[in-house]
Order: sequence, then structure tokens, then C-alpha cells
Amino acid sequence: MLVEQGLNGLQLGIMLFLMAAGLTLVLGIMNVVNLAHGSLYMLGAYFAASLQQWTGSFVLAVAIAVPATAAIGIVIEMATLRTLYGRDHLDQVLCTFGLILFLNEMTRILWGAVPLRMTLPATLAGTVALWPGIAYPAFRLAIIATGILVALLLYLIIARTRLGMLIHAGASDRMMVGALGIDIKSLFTLVFGLGAALAGLAGTMAGPLLAVQVGMGDGILILTLVVIVIGGIGSVRGAFVAALLVGLIDTFGRILLPPALADMGIYVLMAVVLFWRPQGLFAAHG
Amino acid sequence: MALLACGLAVLVLGPLVAQSLGEPFYIRLFTRIAVMAIAAVSLDLILGYGGMVSFGHAAFVGIGAYVTAILAYHAAAGEPLLAWPMVIPGTDNAVIAWPLAVAAAALAALVIGLVSLRTTGIAFIMITLAFAQMLYFFVIALQKYGGEDGLQMAGRSRLGGLDLDGRLTFYYLVLAVLIAVIVCCRRLVGSRFGMVLQGCRQNERRLRAIGFATERYRLAAFVMSGAIAGLAGVLLANGQNYVSPADLAWTRSGEYIVMVVFGGMGTLIGPLLGAAAYLVLELLLGSATTHWQAIFGPVLIVIVLFAKRGLYGALVGRADDG
Repeated sequence: MLVEQGLNGLQLGIMLFLMAAGLTLVLGIMNVVNLAHGSLYMLGAYFAASLQQWTGSFVLAVAIAVPATAAIGIVIEMATLRTLYGRDHLDQVLCTFGLILFLNEMTRILWGAVPLRMTLPATLAGTVALWPGIAYPAFRLAIIATGILVALLLYLIIARTRLGMLIHAGASDRMMVGALGIDIKSLFTLVFGLGAALAGLAGTMAGPLLAVQVGMGDGILILTLVVIVIGGIGSVRGAFVAALLVGLIDTFGRILLPPALADMGIYVLMAVVLFWRPQGLFAAHG
Repeated sequence: MALLACGLAVLVLGPLVAQSLGEPFYIRLFTRIAVMAIAAVSLDLILGYGGMVSFGHAAFVGIGAYVTAILAYHAAAGEPLLAWPMVIPGTDNAVIAWPLAVAAAALAALVIGLVSLRTTGIAFIMITLAFAQMLYFFVIALQKYGGEDGLQMAGRSRLGGLDLDGRLTFYYLVLAVLIAVIVCCRRLVGSRFGMVLQGCRQNERRLRAIGFATERYRLAAFVMSGAIAGLAGVLLANGQNYVSPADLAWTRSGEYIVMVVFGGMGTLIGPLLGAAAYLVLELLLGSATTHWQAIFGPVLIVIVLFAKRGLYGALVGRADDG
């Protein structure tokens, strides 16, 4: 029971990390608030659900849905966000709020208001006996494994590659990086696409667990923002720690606390962290 | 000035015309515009003058609305609000319930402001959003008061000899409150306090250097704004005779910001224009297609990208008269 709930918390945390990693990079580098990140998650889930209905293959659906979401993200970046870089946060909030309204409504027009369901392939549908007496759904384990893999990959990219170096440099001094001859616009489009792909991945994995419906991205967007604020804006490491913390506290809060307080648990956590460290646990900038 | 007189004439005479034409729907529309305008003006105080992008304003409106409805619920059910350690009965008497509702909203703004104002920029936006979301989940968890379905009120509050159930009477009360709020806010932003508040927006570091405790000024403005939003909530609950978690939803907070920016930030009159424009647009687009948000979203993006001064700026010719 304790192990199972712990794993559930871990799985929620991993999902939140996938969402938060992309968003925190975008925030850290370009200082842009993107509220439409949750819509990308929703689109990822819808793409996967439709592709699965057409092709009948879960793996194929995920394999196409993730790059498709990244492509949509890149289009959004080039069409709207690109003009918002120098503008104040209020403009960014309003513009991406408009994007959410548009994307939610377009999804409703294209797919209808009835929630879609995704089914799992036979290999992932069963449970795995962790040790005698404790069985755990295989799909949730697969989510945890995927998330940890992605986290490792991101760590390697950021710590070991030229791209990672540019991301770091872009976050600390955008102007200087541009002056040194780096095409900062393309860099940002690339990072935005990466973030969109991660959001899409989270969406495709949420599909079989939850109903795929309009507005599914709004709830997780706000949890993601809480994660980013707790972790420190711009810090992927902070996002990882905060996502796991939020996932575990939310899951255990639901068992231990009365329902009225359970939904509020993570917000109380956020308030406590901010009161103690207004810049978040791992602040990326000083 | 002529413009202001015209606007006032529309607000005063419009519902009378609707009444004589036998179109009570338009009285309801006018009432809703005036209520939303109060909330938007209160947001303008911190957003336009204080530079604080609060993305959780619907929470304060919602608190005001819920406190009013819950007190009325207990009065109607004849069941005390609190039985121990002392009996506190519910009430539908406006003289008691309304100040309580406003005080509750102000208290919430004080607590939320204490934590949120430690941050600035993006973090402030997100934190106010998260706190509002926390209160949203809190009212959903109030099963006794309807949970997700919301709470129906037995009737409007009683206010002395006024018959608030009369549509026109209620509208003119709301209009009077709106005008009083705008006048008070105008005096406030012109005062020394308002100057410091606007200074915080422009260059907080410099103000601190010349010796102002800027945090206190910003917190005071945040609490005042929350209290006025709570008052809007009181009127919202009375106007629709119903409260629901949707009144606290984060999309509603977004709508208040849209109204303020639409109308013109830092103008106090602008948010009224913005509220009217938003609700009328919602009505027109909504009657043309159920998918009106698919049109409204891009409209919003275009307005943000290309028309910064808002309706007030477009009408008056200059955006900055604060």
C-alpha cells in the first residue's frame, strides 16, 4: 500500500517534470510566460488517441504524436510568441491566454466534446509483481522509467553538449550570446520545440490513464507552474526535485488528509517554500 | 468630459429604456456589466497603477460571493453558522453580511499578498494564480454548500427599506457602488499613497532608496483591491442569486485582466469600457456560434500585439492620464 502510493506519487511527479522541464527552460532563456503549454499536452493526448484509432498501434501513435506536438509548438512559437520577447509579462499572459481559448475551442470543433479513450497494448496493460504480494500496473512503471530516461537525457544535453552550453549562456545573458554570433532566435525555437515535445509526450502518456478531453491541459498547467515556482524559474534540476515533491505530497495528501485539505496541500507547500526562499529551491539566476 | 457624460447617460437611462420596452434581459446585462466593472476597476488599481499582474483576482470576488451566499443559506435554513463555542446565526441582512464578506476578501488578500509580494515578475503571476486555484479547490470541497454544483440563494440580501428584488432598484444600487468605487479609486491614485504606488511600478528601487517602505504600500494596495473585488462578489452573488466555483475559476481571473487591458490600463474608466465590451462581444459572438472562443482567442492576440492603449486610449486619444 505504502509502496504503491509512493510509486503513484512518483509517477505523477514524473509527468509534472516532463511538463515543467520544457516550460522552465523557455522561461529561463527567453523570459517568456507560456500559458499555452497545457494546451500542447492536451494536443499530444488527442493526437495519440486519434492515431491509435487509425493505426491500432499504441507505439506508433506515441511515435507520431510527439513530433507532431513539437511541430505545432514550433508553429505557435513562430506565429505569436516570437513577437512577444521584448514585451512585458502581461502581454505574454494575455496572448497565451488567447491561445488557450483558441486551441481548446478548436479541439472541441475538431474532435467534439465527448472525451476520447485510449487503450493500452497487451504488454503494458497488466501488472508487474514487484515482489511477492505487491503488484503494480506495468504502464505506470513504464511512465516512471520513461521519465527518468528523459531526465537523464536532459541532464546530459544540458551539462555535456554544445546545445546545453548555449542554453546556459542564453539564460544568463541573452544579448551577449547574440552578440557572439549565435542565432538566438533559432536556438529558442529549438528549445521551444523540445519543450512542446516533452509536453506532448506527457500528454500521450496521460491518455490511457485519464479521459482525453478539452481542458485537460488547464489543470496540469497550474500544477506545472507551482512546480516551476517551487523549483526556481529556469532550473531543470529544481523542476525535477519540485515535481517529485509535489507528486508525492499530492498523492499522500489524498490518503492522509480530509478531501477539503488534500487539494490544497501542494499550494500550502508552495507558500511555505516561497516564504522561506522567494526565488525557489534552485534559483537559476543568482 | 462629453464622453463621460454620454457614457453615464447610457448607464443611467439604458435599463429604463429596456424596462419600458419590456426587455428585462438587457437590465440583467447592464447589471452584470456594472458588477464585472467593479471587479475590473479593483484589478486596475493594482495592475494599472501598481504594476502587479495578479492572475488570481477571481478568488477575491469569489470569496465575497461565497460569504454572502453561505450567510444567506444559514439564515434561510435557520441553522446557526457556528454552534460552538458561541452561537453565530447566518444572516441575509446586507448591513451585517456585506461588510463581513468584504472583510473576508480583504483578509484573504492580506495573507496571499504577504507571501506573493515577496516575489515579482513571472513568479508573482504564477503565485497569485496558484493561490486562486487553491481557493477554487477549497470551495469545490465544501460539499455542504453545493461543492461543484454551486449554491443557490433563497433570495437577495435585505437592505433597509430598499427592495433589492426589483431589477431596476438592484441595478441602480450596483451602479451607485460602481461610481463610488471609481471616484474613490481616482482620489486614491491622485493622493500621496497613489503616487508612491505608481512610483513602485516605475522604479521601486529608487523609491526604496529615498526611504519609502514600498512593500507596505504595495501590500496595502493589494488588500484594498481585494476588498473592492469582494464587494463586487457580494453584488455578483446577489445579482445571479447563485454562486459556483466557476466564479473563482482561473479563466475568470484571465477575463478580468482582459477587461482591464481591453479598456485601458491605469485609467479606471477603461476597465468599465472593457467589461462592457467584453460582455457584449461575448453575447454577440456567443449568439452567432457556440464556438465563440475560437474567434475571441485570436481577436485577443491581435489586440495584445497591435493595440496597446485600449478602448479608453482610442476614445480619449491618450492612454496615460494617471
